[in-house]
Amino acid sequence: MSSQVHGAQKFDKAKRAETVFSEEAMKTAQTIISRYPEGKQKSALLPILHLAQAEFGGWLSPETMDYVASILKIRPVEVFEVASFYTMYNLKPMGKCVLEVCQTSSCWLNGAEDIVKYIEKKLNIKVGETTKDGMFSLKVAECLGSCGTAPMLQCGASYHENLTYEKVDAILETYKNEGRLRSYTDLDYKNTL
Amino acid sequence: MGRKLLIHNDKVPGINTLEVYRAHGGYASVEKALKTMQPDQVTDEVKKSGLRGRGGAGFPTGMKWSFLAKPEGVPRYLVCNADESEPGTFKDRYLMEKIPHALIEGMITSSFALGAKQSYIYIRGEYFYVARILEAAIAEAYAAGWLGKNILGTDFSHDCYVQVGGGAYICGEETALLESLEGKRGNPRIKPPFPAVAGLWGCPTVVNNVETIAAVVPIVNMGGEEYAKIGVGKSTGTKLISASGHINKPGVYEIELGITVEEFIYSEEYCGGIRNGKKLKAVVAGGSSVPILPTELILKTAKGEPRLMTYESLSDGGFQTGTMLGSGGFIAMDEDTSIVKNLFTFSRFYHHESCGQCSPCREGTGWMEKILKKFLDGTANESDVDLLWDIQSKIEGKTICPLGEAAAWPVAAAIRHFKHEFIEIAQKKKFVDISHYDRLNKIRA
Repeated sequence: MSSQVHGAQKFDKAKRAETVFSEEAMKTAQTIISRYPEGKQKSALLPILHLAQAEFGGWLSPETMDYVASILKIRPVEVFEVASFYTMYNLKPMGKCVLEVCQTSSCWLNGAEDIVKYIEKKLNIKVGETTKDGMFSLKVAECLGSCGTAPMLQCGASYHENLTYEKVDAILETYKNEGRLRSYTDLDYKNTL
Repeated sequence: MGRKLLIHNDKVPGINTLEVYRAHGGYASVEKALKTMQPDQVTDEVKKSGLRGRGGAGFPTGMKWSFLAKPEGVPRYLVCNADESEPGTFKDRYLMEKIPHALIEGMITSSFALGAKQSYIYIRGEYFYVARILEAAIAEAYAAGWLGKNILGTDFSHDCYVQVGGGAYICGEETALLESLEGKRGNPRIKPPFPAVAGLWGCPTVVNNVETIAAVVPIVNMGGEEYAKIGVGKSTGTKLISASGHINKPGVYEIELGITVEEFIYSEEYCGGIRNGKKLKAVVAGGSSVPILPTELILKTAKGEPRLMTYESLSDGGFQTGTMLGSGGFIAMDEDTSIVKNLFTFSRFYHHESCGQCSPCREGTGWMEKILKKFLDGTANESDVDLLWDIQSKIEGKTICPLGEAAAWPVAAAIRHFKHEFIEIAQKKKFVDISHYDRLNKIRA
């Protein structure tokens, strides 16, 4: 079979051949793998998926998952079953900035629903959608551990807390101007704790 | 002012660095343990301290440590559970972010007691930036010789690593955490065998919460007996409480176990009372899983005694009239709060987070969310309350891990104490009005 189906995504052999970590990312991957005993390299899967997601456009394509499997010497399905279990891995293309608004109890008590509605209106998208320019995706998230600074949203590595409409405006403005992909692995995180 | 042992230095500038942490007495427990104590003596001090697991279950830590199997030639592991995901809980994040070395020091001292040459800190993926902070602290500790080979010139060598998760509440359950640490889906394992016998990669493993491990530091420094003098009865020492909801001063507070709930809510030292001059309606005292209590039962037990912030006092009366200390995720709700709507956010959470292994949890959490949604839509009828009760009772005790109970308890408690709210909505006398939550800018202005 020349093509496998991962969810709705087709496997593309040519794309797979191009999917290779940069030298720096490969070094990071090797460091992560070295933290586990001989033969237990599969343990590095979750952190390496984060690395791969950041490296290859903010989502895990079938080609990316196949590549990760080859690095860890495990079967592609072992990667897919993990990638599809955890919420932080995107199995389809997303906007450059994925806005995840926490909606659980303490955030809800403090107006998270209004924040979601405000962003929906402002970006003219619904939860689960991406703006036409590919800049923003909007998601809701379950408790992100920011209950004392609610409401909050996470974008990449950054926690934005004690949100107001004005703060949301400023965040969207800044991210739009910067225009780059934001990942969980970013080093320039901001947080307002 | 209560005594503080864990976050007393949280406001010291630069306390996240080794230099400042050390200047404030940091790593003394490693020196004391490695140079003057045997591993079993450290465990004995932890036993004497009465320390109980701070992640939620409250199991005695010293006893957990003593269960660790020690077969010859098999590595043993200490794993720190930093997968803090219980709604209402953010204390571990605060501790790790502000004073990362407090956890690293605890990891080294605890690993010495357990004879673990490697330890892992499994931190939830969303806290990626906190993992960076921990990694920076670990690098400092290696450079200064607190980690690595022959620490302080002794025979004890230790490596400590951080691993980030991928976003799954269930990985806070210790066997799911171990699965995830092994690079798999976070499906809890059937126990026994317990991790103490067959844990990480099948080796004997102790899994402890961040705060538990950090508490080992003051216990070793001051001695277990001295630590046990703080607190009331079997609730010894201090506890970090994450306070959120409709209070004037949300945040992380370190309390001596034994202060009254009333003091915690209303004193200026802690929550500073309810916001906007409103009255308190209900409290979830220990994270979303524990039963919600109405004001009269959270402030006083059914016997009319003041309720204390201890494991025993909070659970006084069982689930009929009591609750649990849990993880210390303290959510206070004012008089305008819809208990039904709040419960909906909890049930949606548990439905989302069920790993799907056990049918009662996988299906039941979804049904409960669906029925609660009917209450929000105004399409529920009175029999739906009984249906909810029936479903929750069929989840509890019928699943591999405690997520089943965690999903069932909040539903049961909300119906037990606030049934009238469900009935009023079902009889169309009242609707869940969420418009008054559109007051955000007023709150934060």
